[in-house]
Amino acid sequence: MNETVKDPLKGYRGAARAKLAEWKVRVWSDVRCTNSAGSIFEGVVLPRSETFDDLHIVLKLRTGYNVGVHVDRVVSIEELGYKEAFYKIPEQEFPKRPSLPKITLLGTGGTIASRLDYRTGAVIPAFTPGELYGAVPELADLSNLTTRKIFGVFSENMGWEQYVILAEEIEREIAAGADGIVVGHGTDTMGHTAAILNFMVQDSPVPIVIVGSQRSSDRPSSDAALNLIHAVKTAGEGDIAEVQICMFGPTSDRYGLLHRGTRCRKMHSSYRSTFRTISDIPLAVVNREGFRYLGPEYLPRDPNRRVKIDTAYDNRITILYYYPGMDPDLVDALVEKGYHGIVIAGTGLGHVNTPLYPALERAIKAGVHIVMTVQTLWGYAQMYVYDTGRDLLDIGIVPLDNMLPETALMKLGWVLGHTHDHDQVMEMMRTPINHEITPREPHNGYLILQGGLPEVEAWVKGHWK
Amino acid sequence: MQQSIDYTEIGLIAGLEVHQQLLTKTKLFCRCPSGLYTTEHDGTVLRHMRPTLSELGEYDGTALMEFKTKKNIIYLLHESNTCTYETDDTPPFLINQEAVDVAIEQCLMLGCDIVDELHIARKQYLDGSIPTGFQRTAIVGVNGRLPFRGRELSITQVSVEEDSCREVSDNGHLIVWRTDRLGVPLIETVTGPDLRTPDEVEEAILLVGRVCRSTGHVRVGLGASRQDVNVSVRGGTRVEIKGVPKAGWAPALVHGEAIRQVNLLQLRDELHQRGIKSPEAITIDHRDVTRILASSEIDFFRLEGWDRFNESHDRREGFESGKGPFSVRAVRLKSLRGTLEHPTQPDLTFAHELQGRVRVISGLDQPPIMVHDGSWPGAAAELKALRSALHCEAEDALAVIWGAEEDTLTAAEEIRLRFADATLGVPAETRQPFADGHTNFERILPGPDRMYPDTDSPPLALGRDRVAALQEKLAEPPWEREERYSAAGLPRNTIHFLIRRGGARLVDLVVNEAGADLRSTGFFFGERLKGLRRAGLQVDDITDEQWLSWFRLMSSQPVLAEILDEVVAWMARHLGNDPNAFVEGGLYGSEPKDWRQHLRKIAIGAQPKNPDGSQSQRLAFLMGLVMPNLRGRIPAQEVLLEIDPGANGKRDGQ
Repeated sequence: MNETVKDPLKGYRGAARAKLAEWKVRVWSDVRCTNSAGSIFEGVVLPRSETFDDLHIVLKLRTGYNVGVHVDRVVSIEELGYKEAFYKIPEQEFPKRPSLPKITLLGTGGTIASRLDYRTGAVIPAFTPGELYGAVPELADLSNLTTRKIFGVFSENMGWEQYVILAEEIEREIAAGADGIVVGHGTDTMGHTAAILNFMVQDSPVPIVIVGSQRSSDRPSSDAALNLIHAVKTAGEGDIAEVQICMFGPTSDRYGLLHRGTRCRKMHSSYRSTFRTISDIPLAVVNREGFRYLGPEYLPRDPNRRVKIDTAYDNRITILYYYPGMDPDLVDALVEKGYHGIVIAGTGLGHVNTPLYPALERAIKAGVHIVMTVQTLWGYAQMYVYDTGRDLLDIGIVPLDNMLPETALMKLGWVLGHTHDHDQVMEMMRTPINHEITPREPHNGYLILQGGLPEVEAWVKGHWK
Repeated sequence: MQQSIDYTEIGLIAGLEVHQQLLTKTKLFCRCPSGLYTTEHDGTVLRHMRPTLSELGEYDGTALMEFKTKKNIIYLLHESNTCTYETDDTPPFLINQEAVDVAIEQCLMLGCDIVDELHIARKQYLDGSIPTGFQRTAIVGVNGRLPFRGRELSITQVSVEEDSCREVSDNGHLIVWRTDRLGVPLIETVTGPDLRTPDEVEEAILLVGRVCRSTGHVRVGLGASRQDVNVSVRGGTRVEIKGVPKAGWAPALVHGEAIRQVNLLQLRDELHQRGIKSPEAITIDHRDVTRILASSEIDFFRLEGWDRFNESHDRREGFESGKGPFSVRAVRLKSLRGTLEHPTQPDLTFAHELQGRVRVISGLDQPPIMVHDGSWPGAAAELKALRSALHCEAEDALAVIWGAEEDTLTAAEEIRLRFADATLGVPAETRQPFADGHTNFERILPGPDRMYPDTDSPPLALGRDRVAALQEKLAEPPWEREERYSAAGLPRNTIHFLIRRGGARLVDLVVNEAGADLRSTGFFFGERLKGLRRAGLQVDDITDEQWLSWFRLMSSQPVLAEILDEVVAWMARHLGNDPNAFVEGGLYGSEPKDWRQHLRKIAIGAQPKNPDGSQSQRLAFLMGLVMPNLRGRIPAQEVLLEIDPGANGKRDGQ
């Protein structure tokens, strides 16, 4: 809100700005605006987004609707008053109950908890325990909540520096005696963060739960509140002391799934149930009542275990998403630019075309570490099945079995922070830390039901999606 | 109780919000087909709604109320008309430009000024009728006016918005919606508070309807237009009667609401006289009396009755039925004896207001929902025991509610809140209308707090060129058309029907293009076609080309008019096919060879079964015998003259 003090015509440019100045009104002025058709608009002048044109003045009318009035049709603007809103989320003191677990919520940004500035539509994060209590009072029945905002970035702006800080903050909270840690995170790169934290934070005594929302919490139908309730419950009462993702299981308001951080991926750009465990089944189901552990072995909660924090990294790594006709000079360019590691997301069982081979060979000779994953996401890289795969193995490309490409990228960066010795790198890459490679894929680890089939439709019809 | 009333004296004011679906191929914010309704579903989603804070850090009253109801919301989906937008799993696509054009056109018909830049807002609804929890809506036009009873009906604003889901059932704490209608574009036309009598309200609904339908670009039929009627009296409050399906319902509803408000104002005065002058002065206390009534002769006071009720309504505990054990709760209403019998709407009392609030907000809905000492259904001794258990003084009233414990607590609080409102007069409410003219509580009337910008949609500059192009092609306003049709000799009812049902467009089309006569064409589309529609023919799907071809055929061969019904039936069965095929195939329009000789031969020997000797019986018999082969080929009048040369001019048509 300080900006409005700086610029009383926030967001207005050109003609619209001149018109407002001409009539001596500002953003937040309550005005009566008359246009050339004799229509009268009474309401508050709203700030305008800089990305919109400079020809319209936006008014919030008494009815709550907004309209844009074209400057050429403005006959007069009369200021009736001034109604700047200092939007604030009401805080209520978060009740303390000694019997409940101590949970710390670390904020990284994203929309897990936010409120809308009702006039501008700007999203304001709700974050302090008091603000969260006002929005999701159920949290007080589950925990004694402490919150700490570490950064305020969209998840696509998370990166290695942030991962290190996050790992260190988790270490601090564990040392301070937290019974569980919740990390609020944007969903776009939540999978990356969950993967790297599995490597940077090992042997945690308590659950570390990453949570976000697919519909922002300014919407009545938001998944944020329920996700947050599930995450806090998992952090406080759950038995899985791993870095896990807690997000909606189905799109219905029914339960959350706890996904292992190394095996989980965002699979839909907007669905609530976007996170899926790939090539395995999720760790557990969580709802308000409790947990159902689904079977995969996990690291149980143990307050006496000492956490290992290892934040080494080398960020000169990339993913090469192979496509037919890829030009080998792309690989040369990466070498030339000093990349140390390349994760290939290959076709099928882990393939690229033959013209690429010499370039890959040159890269490996130059000391670049190249690993192979599959862009099919499900299934293994099995490069000895076809000649082409065997040729790649001969060149020195190391298959990572069923490690997800993004997990492989995170792990490669972390491993290269420790060593650049090729054999050691590959040894570390192929030795799973937390199921990033699994020895077997259960047959129910790949279930993408195909709509339209009578048997699938019959099942879907009988269940809340 | 006041039943008849001088509307001027009580200061009746009414205005309208008319919702009219637009005829577009797809929905407003996604690419699903619009207007494709289904009765089956192939997927379901379960959701809940949470209120969000307003800009002042407060919850909107309606939103909060709807949250208190703790509804489980289920959506029934069908892939033919629902995508992931409707389930709120995909953000909106850019607004449907066809719908924006039709909306602008509607605004121009309504005499509105078109706004320069469209801003899409979210209007919160937590009843589940929209899975996002809000309706996307935007003002398109403002400041319109229509000629009305020698004065003007002002149009405050017109917005384009997405239609909501259709309610399938509302069973305790479970409400079920179908998403087929969700997202269908509609316009909401808000009139000024310019109406002063119930009859004016009906007339204004019909007028706005005719204006909207004049373009032929809006949907017609069941549910395609609904109106909210806003009513207040002097000293009262604006109350919205929501979703009035027919204009004809309006007069009784408006009258009933006027009476209700007058009576509620009297109740307020009565409360003030009793010293209850503010909401805080309402004091109630309540307690569980399940045990006291355990052996009551009243079924719904006993656990068995409750179990039976839940079973017969397929209610699962904690899902359709509320949380907690069965509880009967008695509420002592301090110093309020007799107020529950205070009249409100014609033939209803204040107890009905309480029942409405309790039903909607607490989810308790086993009839009669609430009983009180003024309508005690059971033994007098039972009531006495309850009054004594609640320490009721003589001037106290007692009400009883029953159901899941948590719900009875919500209900007791709602009873207090409704009485608190009564100390102020008429609460701002949305009310649901019924065919018999009474209304019931639906929700608290929402305020501007529930509106906020839709951050998913950019503003859309409408541009004067776009408006001018639509203005150019604008249909004739209904009052001008009315004058033209009236001058041609069509009765007012027929004209209104033609405008309302879209027939007027066809009338003008065939008059202009096929040279048909306005009066007879008007009668055909306005009256005769009704019968064929009623007979189940798909007459509304007959194409413009079919109609044009048919009217051209008729103007070149007038005798064809006598097989009109057959041709229409054929066209309805052969949608898109040229009726000329039917006419040629049936040899219609051409005289059979030597028909006069054949006719005479037949006429000589033929007699009716039981001849009464009269000429008229014999002629009717003969005509019935020969016309099936001659209709559409020889005018009936000519056939008659051939049989009976003296009949000239004595019979009409047939």
